[in-house]
Amino acid sequence: MSRVDQGQVDQDCADQARADQGRAGQRRTESAAPSGGGRLSAAMLLPALPLESMDALSPMHLVLDDSGHVIHAGPTMQKLRPDLPMAGQRFLELFELSRPRAVSSMAALLASAGIKLHLRLRDDPRTPLKAVLVPLAPDGQGRRGAVVNFSFGISILDAIQTYTLHSGDFAPTDLTIEMLYLIEAKTAAMEASRTLNLRLQGAKIAAEEQAYTDTLTGLKNRRAMDHILARLVRTGQDFALMHLDLDWFKQVNDTHGHAAGDYVLQHVARLMVDETRAGDTVARIGGDEFVLLFHNLTKRSRIEEIATRLIRRLEIPISFEGASCHISCSMGTTLSTFYDQPRPDQMLADADSALYASKKAGRARHSFFQSEPG
Amino acid sequence: MHGLINRSIQCFLRDTYGDALWLDVAAAADLPFVEFEAMLVYEDALTGRVLDAAAVKLKKTRAMVLEDIGTYLVSHPNNEGLRRLLRFAGLGYEDFLHSLDDLPDRTRLAVSDLDLPELELRQHSASRYSITCSAGFPGFGHVLVGILRAMADDYGALVILDHMGEAQRVETVEVTLVETAFAEGRAFELGGKAG
Repeated sequence: MSRVDQGQVDQDCADQARADQGRAGQRRTESAAPSGGGRLSAAMLLPALPLESMDALSPMHLVLDDSGHVIHAGPTMQKLRPDLPMAGQRFLELFELSRPRAVSSMAALLASAGIKLHLRLRDDPRTPLKAVLVPLAPDGQGRRGAVVNFSFGISILDAIQTYTLHSGDFAPTDLTIEMLYLIEAKTAAMEASRTLNLRLQGAKIAAEEQAYTDTLTGLKNRRAMDHILARLVRTGQDFALMHLDLDWFKQVNDTHGHAAGDYVLQHVARLMVDETRAGDTVARIGGDEFVLLFHNLTKRSRIEEIATRLIRRLEIPISFEGASCHISCSMGTTLSTFYDQPRPDQMLADADSALYASKKAGRARHSFFQSEPG
Repeated sequence: MHGLINRSIQCFLRDTYGDALWLDVAAAADLPFVEFEAMLVYEDALTGRVLDAAAVKLKKTRAMVLEDIGTYLVSHPNNEGLRRLLRFAGLGYEDFLHSLDDLPDRTRLAVSDLDLPELELRQHSASRYSITCSAGFPGFGHVLVGILRAMADDYGALVILDHMGEAQRVETVEVTLVETAFAEGRAFELGGKAG
């Protein structure tokens, strides 16, 4: 640690100190040559450090006299209060210590030499500061001043907003500027990363949506239906699984072409969404095959009602570019309540066999799966 | 080549000449996408194709395009952040010149996988400097000329810049500092950017 010779400080500050402090004038102005003793021999080896040198090494320092008054402020320190010369002020009236507490005298300040001080200016802006105090060599009469070196610490980001600071306000060896540089560079890099993440997340959601959607009808696809069915079974909810197959759809395709077929499928999809509740699942799992999952619905009469309405609405001819397309549908339903341990593949197979029964019975109808033969 | 570099080229073309030109260049360079991501790394060949396509579209030499990119990086309002980072170098243009040696290391502090070519500043007299940039990044010397020119404006310094060409994969740029305080320059406050 650099040493400041108390006498040199007195000399350099004599003018302002005298102007601000009557007592400064009484101070001895010759160098504080120690009268002897091993404890001070090191001091004799070090030449006095001019204030300009102190200002360059530590632009944020204050020199205190033995009464605890500021007799010199480093240039950056003074920038914190451009309109109030710090020299002449009592240190403890300028600053409030939060750690250590209860420091109310120069003696107590000197006792805290060498430890990290947490303090802030008493008036606004009350920027928090870190500091360390070191005693000066005593003068001939045993009076000790001190040097307090400050740093903004982590409050540097607020400080550069509050005060007009430039890179020249920090010692060339101070890493503050490097830290500010790093903060800005990291912020920019993080921003770039965040942008990329957002874009990737958007793409992921779109891809997932696409992976679970039947592009022609906008209904869920087979993969989505498998997921939902597995979840229903896993969570032990009651539900109905209806397998639906269009009747005479092949004829529409053959007679009126694929464009008409596509149009009919889209129309049918809208109808099915219409006839089901928002929480139900409607999926297109094949060319003209659909699976409907009715969540928390196992009442036969209600399902029968839905099936009847579906058939009635599907049988209304659909006109496409002047052509009238006639279709209907066959349905087979199984209920989760039919099983002790429902299994997706079992339920799909059973709904399919119920559908087959509907087809066999003449189409355009709905059947429930019959677990017992006959 | 790092996405930041590719994206800089893309932003330069888009901000300076418009979206349509960038899309033309992307098509002419046969890019499999129209948007470089700043934080991904791309094949070096892509960068070369984009620069060549841009030179053809703009009817400029590749060197001129590169120099324009350098100027754009410092002077365009969209890149205020980068200008600020460079201004952290110090109070005057000479401080800035002397900080170039540190530039690749500083860059690595922020983006660890972004390798810039090594830069070395030599001072020949009070006002004459030369900067060498080493291999790995052909044409970076021209970008550097653009950056040096724009930063001189930023500091209000008057400089003469010469790209001395390339020898053994090392490019050399000569800098003559005519006047350090030629014009007002732009302000730089440490706290100029909130947050």
